[in-house]
Amino acid sequence: MATLSHGAVTGNVILCLSVFLASTVEMVEALTIVVAVGYSQSWKSALRGVYVALGVLAILVAACGPALTSIPRTQLHVVVGGVLLVFGLQWLRKAVLRSTGYKDKHDEDKIFEETSLLVRQQASERAAFVLSFKGVFLEGLEVVIIVLTMGSSAHKVGLAAITAIVAVALVAIVGGLAARQLSNVPENALKMAVGLCLISYGTFWTGQGMGLRWPGNDAALLVLVAFYSLGAFLMVAAFRPRVANVHV
Amino acid sequence: MKSLQRALVGFGRFWWDFLVGDTPEIFITVVMMLSVLAGVSMWLHHASAAVYVYPVVVLGALLVSVRRAIKR
Repeated sequence: MATLSHGAVTGNVILCLSVFLASTVEMVEALTIVVAVGYSQSWKSALRGVYVALGVLAILVAACGPALTSIPRTQLHVVVGGVLLVFGLQWLRKAVLRSTGYKDKHDEDKIFEETSLLVRQQASERAAFVLSFKGVFLEGLEVVIIVLTMGSSAHKVGLAAITAIVAVALVAIVGGLAARQLSNVPENALKMAVGLCLISYGTFWTGQGMGLRWPGNDAALLVLVAFYSLGAFLMVAAFRPRVANVHV
Repeated sequence: MKSLQRALVGFGRFWWDFLVGDTPEIFITVVMMLSVLAGVSMWLHHASAAVYVYPVVVLGALLVSVRRAIKR
């Protein structure tokens, strides 16, 4: 029976963690919109929008997943790693700016109020469906890209997809039980963690695709996560006092 | 024909927003980093130092982007 090496286990854990956290963050944002539509107009239309959006996203994963895994691994690592680097740096930049106070935090209560107002103004089943569909589809698209890029590069699209489904189900259950408490989710911390995982994977895969040999193979991912975490922590610490001075 | 054109434009716009958006410096830096890395691994076959330099450059790119946003 084949056994997984330490490095491979580390790779799988970070892959699952990245997909799980990214799915959680995006689905909290989507759920806020769905709940607002449901409360303000109609749960039937809101849920129909969710089902259709999830169906389209599932078709995207099923269609693009096998196609991506058939690309030679070296080229795939460079392209996918590059996309993850760009995406991860964007997430991390936003999280650092929010932590230092230079950018407003994502406010789920505000989004809830704005969406509710929009639905009430339009007051139609169709508008409720479209808003719910767009919310889930657009937020879900980012998750699909992460699932496809990370899953295909690691040749584990199935594992990545299952992790995303678990996260979505978990958010749906928790959201169902505490629909108006979504603003309590520490979204910026989750976004920071996802950004760290994405740039670690991006660095690792682009390096590997370009012929770099990482010491410790997959275990180098942990070192990269630790290194980037330290860097992000130092950046937040370095830029935070300036904000205090601005406000005083 | 028009719907195909609209779909293509939409597809292109999605990737532009996704990869470039309001942080073109990140996209440009990543492309530059990958080009330099490709050159290094092509001409210097045993560039083991690149393993240590590369993550530092990535972190530098983040720092530059954050500073740029703060100055704005």
